[in-house]
Amino acid sequence: MLHLILFSVFGLVCVAGAVNLLLQRHPINSALSLVVVMGSLAVEFLLLGAEFVAAIQVIVYAGAVMVLLIMLLNAGVEEQTSGSRVAWLLGIPAVLAGMVIVCWALLERSDAGRAAIGALPGHPADIAQLLFHQFLLPFEVTSILVLIAIMGAVVLAARPESVERTKKEG
Amino acid sequence: MVPLSYYLVLSGILFACGVTGFLIKRNIITIFMSIELMLNGVNLSFVAFAARWQQLSGQVFVFFVMVVAAAEAAVGLAIIIAVFRTRETLNVDQVNLLKL
Repeated sequence: MLHLILFSVFGLVCVAGAVNLLLQRHPINSALSLVVVMGSLAVEFLLLGAEFVAAIQVIVYAGAVMVLLIMLLNAGVEEQTSGSRVAWLLGIPAVLAGMVIVCWALLERSDAGRAAIGALPGHPADIAQLLFHQFLLPFEVTSILVLIAIMGAVVLAARPESVERTKKEG
Repeated sequence: MVPLSYYLVLSGILFACGVTGFLIKRNIITIFMSIELMLNGVNLSFVAFAARWQQLSGQVFVFFVMVVAAAEAAVGLAIIIAVFRTRETLNVDQVNLLKL
């Protein structure tokens, strides 16, 4: 019962944040409601027992990624355009229909079982066992990916004149 | 005890919200946030299936998804900065030419 109450409360907060993200006009409001979504998702992870995932959800997503996003948001007021009509006429009904079908199939036709609080405890030690033995190669590959991403971000975000200056000095 | 399908439905709703935002929003940063929303929905279903099959690999996959999402955020925001510097707009309808 406690599990259901906690799941419903934070699930509703989550969906409300996601809908608010869509309804807000200014990106800063969308960004703050995205923080709400990520925070309540961390609680949902915690309910399923994924402690490590909940912690990095708060640290990486609600912390780092959102700071990056909000840092950019002083770009000023934008003019509004209506966008493509195809997205409204075909996209939204398609998304709604797909969501309804998936939800119906999940609720009526699936046997996913039930979960108690902390159904699968994901302690950092167990995750690390798996990460540094079975998934060692993918882990190292992601380190290369992150390195390339850092260099790419620096190159892309550098001001053109500073690039010229470095070329002259070098 | 909560049926795991509730978690999957929640993740489906989040994913649908992300797709909707991707389709109807015109600000490039909001579109970016919609993508993050979709990734979060997928992460929730990863964790739910990990609990269903009692396999920790699902949670390790969430870790990898987060790493890739962080890398994507860094590069994507750098691209957004570059676009804003050359065109002085963040509206995707104004960014319709590859060449200036």
